[in-house]
Amino acid sequence: MPQISVRNVSISYERKPIISEVSFDVEKGDYLCIVGENGSGKTTLMKGLLGLIPINSGRISFGEGVKANHIGYLPQQNPAQKDFPASVFEVVISGCLNQIGLRPFYSHREKRKAVENLIQLGIIGLKNKPFKSLSAGQQQRVLLARALCAAEKVLILDEPVSGLDPIITVELYEIIRKLNQEGTTVMMISHDVNAAVENANKILHLSRNSLFFGMTGDYLNSEMGRLFFLGGGKND
Amino acid sequence: MIDLIGELLSYSFIRRALVVGMLVALCSALLGVSLVLKRYSMIGDGLSHVGFGALSVATAMNLAPLKVSIPIVVGAAFLLLRISENSKIKGDAAIALISSSSIAIGVIITSLTTGMNADVYNFLFGSILAMSKGDVILSIALSIVVFLLFVFFYNKIFAVTFDESFARATGIKAGIYNMLIALLTAVTIVVGMRIMGALLISSLIIFPALSSMRIVRNFRGVILTSAVISTICFFWGMAASYAFDTPAGASIVAVNLVVFIACCIIGLLPRKERE
Repeated sequence: MPQISVRNVSISYERKPIISEVSFDVEKGDYLCIVGENGSGKTTLMKGLLGLIPINSGRISFGEGVKANHIGYLPQQNPAQKDFPASVFEVVISGCLNQIGLRPFYSHREKRKAVENLIQLGIIGLKNKPFKSLSAGQQQRVLLARALCAAEKVLILDEPVSGLDPIITVELYEIIRKLNQEGTTVMMISHDVNAAVENANKILHLSRNSLFFGMTGDYLNSEMGRLFFLGGGKND
Repeated sequence: MIDLIGELLSYSFIRRALVVGMLVALCSALLGVSLVLKRYSMIGDGLSHVGFGALSVATAMNLAPLKVSIPIVVGAAFLLLRISENSKIKGDAAIALISSSSIAIGVIITSLTTGMNADVYNFLFGSILAMSKGDVILSIALSIVVFLLFVFFYNKIFAVTFDESFARATGIKAGIYNMLIALLTAVTIVVGMRIMGALLISSLIIFPALSSMRIVRNFRGVILTSAVISTICFFWGMAASYAFDTPAGASIVAVNLVVFIACCIIGLLPRKERE
């Protein structure tokens, strides 16, 4: 049984259909990249998966111990956070909030989890630093640590490297690949087709009137993949 | 200085205003941090104007002011929240419409019934004499409830303030916590506006948050600093008002302004010395 199964899902926004009849499966340990032009509905699909916006038809089901609302999410960078007074630890531990239920405060268990994830991502030294004083790459690691606090089984990443310099980009891809090898299922929206085909084992290519879903190798041989890949995905 | 404080505390009406005012200052400072960071400052301002309209109606109809204005302002708070969350309507413009309409309705009702008198002046700029003993007890109880709810939901409020979509995606009912923030803000504003006045109460929400954000860079620190700044400013504003015979609300805002400027200057100093 797949961890996430999407069947004939359509989502429209203000009555305009954004994505229609999309189906795909995500198995445990997959590294799925969602690619496509701007406006092809990548972020909309992801928001539908996360339950942030309603889907108009179709079905999204979760299995293999994954529950809706227990998915680690790395959102696109939000300009409002640039000036937010919060320490790194405060941000990371807020990912544990879905595990404390009605309890008002974090217990030792959540604090330990936050520290473990800071260590795993190599940012334990930044624990008490203000979030807004960090570089963009460090901020992404902090938000990734928060996502891991929320859920270890599945991570959804929305354009995680946009705005990062090339060296930091490589480092972040490395971290994501390592997490994937350790058993975390990864779904990533990306503009970067080259990195997508290099890292992912599955590709979902959304386009206004066609769709590809399958293994990365097959994608490279498909017409859609060849066109998009040879064009370099120069859409950003 | 000590003589001044002693003199101040010897009047029972000043003691009452100090107790209620400092509690309101505390609550508004806590909520203010979240409101400012969520870009909801204007909601606080809009609610105080709705509060003015509600107070005018209550006075005209000879009803207890707090009991009439709390439900009206809470209702307005939910409405303003809905408007701000809905991107189709321009939130700031809608708030301005509601604010000025409330003031207009309040002024019309007052002039038709009791006439434009000292009451209107007190509603707009506040008065420390405005509260009866019953009002004082209700105000204290409400402030304590607001404070306890804020502490109880502190971590959730942080999460929906910092990143609402992440909170929603991980199963936090962000809508409920937004409504909680709006509800607590509405209650705080109604309780505080008798002393501070409809035109000045929003400063209690905005100034302490902005001041503390200049000098502290983690959320809990900002909340605590903001609470301390707000209650101290309220006290010294009242003292200044007594010493110089100036209106209480305006004096409190002036003290907050001085502290804000001081915090801005401290914020410009090199970081290393302060960490």
